[in-house]
Amino acid sequence: MSDVTDATTAKRGPTPDDALRIADSGDGGPVLAADGTPLKRSLSRALRVQKMRALALIAPLLVFVLISFIVPIGDMLFRSVENRMVGDTLPYTVEELSKWDGASDALPPEAVYRDLYFDLFLAAEMKRHTRLGSRLNYESSGMSSLFRQAGRKLDDPGDEAQEALEAIDERWGERETYFELFNAAEGAEIDNDLLKAQKKRIRYLSDTVPTGEMDFSPSAEVSALLPLAARVYTSFAVITGMVDNKVVAKTKPMESLYLALVQDVTRPGFADDLAAYNGPQKDALAALANSGLTAPDYTAIFEEVDRDWVNLDTWRVIQTHSGTFTSGYFLNAVDMQKTPEGPAVQPENKRVLIQLFIRTLIMSLTIMGACILLAYPVAWLLSNLPARKANVLMILVLLPFWTSLLVRTSAWKVMLQQQGVINDVLVWIGLVADNDRLVMINNQFGTITAMTHILLPFMILPMYSVMSTINPSYVRAAKSLGATNWTAFWRVYFPQSIPGIGAGSILVFILSIGYYITPEIVGGTKGVFISNRIAYHISSSLNWGLAAALGTILLAVVLLLYWCYDKIVGIDNVKLG
Amino acid sequence: MSLPIYATFGERVWYYTFRVICALIFIFLITPILVVIPLSFNAENFFTFTPEMLRLDPDGYSLKHYVDFFTNNEWQRSFKNSLIIAPIATIISVSLGTLAAVGLSQSHVPFRRAIMAILISPMIVPLIISATGMFFFYSKIGNFMENSMGLDKNLVGYIKVILAHAVLGIPFVIITVTATLVGFDRSLTRAAANMGANPLTTFFKVQMPLILPGVISGGLFAFITSFDEVVVVLFVGSASQKTLPWQMFTGLREQISPTILAVATILVGLSILLLTTVELLRRRSERLRGMSPG
Repeated sequence: MSDVTDATTAKRGPTPDDALRIADSGDGGPVLAADGTPLKRSLSRALRVQKMRALALIAPLLVFVLISFIVPIGDMLFRSVENRMVGDTLPYTVEELSKWDGASDALPPEAVYRDLYFDLFLAAEMKRHTRLGSRLNYESSGMSSLFRQAGRKLDDPGDEAQEALEAIDERWGERETYFELFNAAEGAEIDNDLLKAQKKRIRYLSDTVPTGEMDFSPSAEVSALLPLAARVYTSFAVITGMVDNKVVAKTKPMESLYLALVQDVTRPGFADDLAAYNGPQKDALAALANSGLTAPDYTAIFEEVDRDWVNLDTWRVIQTHSGTFTSGYFLNAVDMQKTPEGPAVQPENKRVLIQLFIRTLIMSLTIMGACILLAYPVAWLLSNLPARKANVLMILVLLPFWTSLLVRTSAWKVMLQQQGVINDVLVWIGLVADNDRLVMINNQFGTITAMTHILLPFMILPMYSVMSTINPSYVRAAKSLGATNWTAFWRVYFPQSIPGIGAGSILVFILSIGYYITPEIVGGTKGVFISNRIAYHISSSLNWGLAAALGTILLAVVLLLYWCYDKIVGIDNVKLG
Repeated sequence: MSLPIYATFGERVWYYTFRVICALIFIFLITPILVVIPLSFNAENFFTFTPEMLRLDPDGYSLKHYVDFFTNNEWQRSFKNSLIIAPIATIISVSLGTLAAVGLSQSHVPFRRAIMAILISPMIVPLIISATGMFFFYSKIGNFMENSMGLDKNLVGYIKVILAHAVLGIPFVIITVTATLVGFDRSLTRAAANMGANPLTTFFKVQMPLILPGVISGGLFAFITSFDEVVVVLFVGSASQKTLPWQMFTGLREQISPTILAVATILVGLSILLLTTVELLRRRSERLRGMSPG
């Protein structure tokens, strides 16, 4: 019965929930509401309605925050492990390469080089090979130029193949021949799987949804006879028709088609398949089959482009980083790297991030310590002065708190410069020689000073709110029992003020560990935080995966600290102003 | 807390030393803000006091940096952008936030802690991380809006920045309004309902006037958050959405011009205005709470 009396005497008003409990605890037969339904049921209905109403009020905001904040954060977490670029740009190569044993001393088989040629050609056509190159360059330097060069030189073998085809039969020099060959005529069966697969690839490579119309559909019969060439032509047709909005039949096919055609007509069993074939351009194909063409040597082609393509390490890097998900970015974030042999430590000259994490922690702790030292006396003074005086001094704390962050940062830039106010004053007093001014900006000192100033109110306010609740008679009692001033402070007052120090410290630490603007402006190169590194990877080096991984680690640290804050201070005790 | 008459010499020394220490800390707090103000009237393009200024020579002072701010296209455009983005973001966060705070203050809210944690999270997560996440996600949304919905590129840019800023302002609205609602006497709404007012009338005629101080100060927090925000707009926005803080940030990083100090002075004036408003509202809300029964 105790909570029933609680509910009726509590300050908050009675609610359906309380009535439910009263109904539950009542003995005797069921109590009925005015309309004859059992009271219990009608009360629980009322409770449900109340819950639904509360949720309906919260729902719009909750949905808004979920979509515009939580989902982006989730997207970032996902990006830190996602690695679809290699597999999506070179799909056939990756599939073929997975059969190769990276630990062996043999180069990947010819089939891998063949698929690489066509995958890379298509990527270069859409100008995406450089993006892949810079992705792999994060793992092994030199990859970027390797891919860029290959993109330029892959046209040549195609041009040679085209000349060879034309020399055999003039029809192979005309665009219409190819269109008629690969296009499914009225009523002919269409290879829908091929079309869908190529559309998906082009959509990935072009980054947007292709919107144009296309007047081409691959014939199933030809794609059985000439699988590679049909695939190349279909992807060409999708680019021409849907991305570039041109007429497929009247556009010159891309160079890789000729090489694909040579590949297909020289494959084993082609002559038999051709005999059974009944579609367009049969005689032109027959001319090719009987001309004694030889299959292209793709390994040689790539060797000519760059010696590194026949280097085992290149292939090991590609194979290691071809999975859909990768731990590579997280390993990079802690100065390690993913290698074919498993995680390994980065070479000495590339190890910067752990050091930066440590520096961020040390500087945040220093700032926190400086804030405690400066805030404690001020908070003590404010909570022990008469209210009128305390309010006046409080303005001096609140004004910086309300002033724009950039105003305060620019003020510190003005103050700390070598030709700035502090140096001028020191020179004027004579403490510092004019030609020997102090360097206080673009180093750790600058960051720590400016950030201590910026975060000081966040330390003073929680300390003040705790200290103003401490009863002064405890200290007086201690003194009357013979304690010295110091003992009374240290043994009686200080322990009571610790919750304020704790709350302020965690708040300041959380805020400082993720700071970006102030270190960027007054920190130079030595006084920057991990956040500046994240920003650098987002906007300059474009290594977004690494930025996301660094962000995820930082987020984890902050959430952990925040969880501690919640345990110590409580989430509902966050107060403003 | 004044010095007792029987204080020893040592206590006297400590008393005054402590006062001096506190004074120094207050000087540390306020000097950077005060230094900016006279420097913004500098007649030279320096960031330090010229001999003329120290002699209080009128020639050492001028309004030229203010003139530059009000005539320079770059500054005016960024100022205008800030004045477009901040109010709209504030309206979104205040309207949605107040509604949700009213919902959260009901006596039976399922998953209250989880919901509260989600709504407060934009304040907890460091800005650089919010900005990183938004950078990835909003560019996808932006592409979608431009390509599939056919919206203007500029408009999409504004929408992205406004949405991002609205989210950042929401925790402040939630915290201030729920804090005001704690002191709200529920029997007032019941009385209104008893007299035949529908929930909407009750909200606008009874509840809203009483929680208005909390709503306004939440709105001011949201406004200042957006008006002062630079990291997210730097990542999410494009050059045509350049806001005032962004312009100051580039100014501080690259071609540093004393116009920044004039802008800073104007912003200090703005923050004094805001501080006064919030303080007055707080007093009013305390007075109201003292008067309300129960």
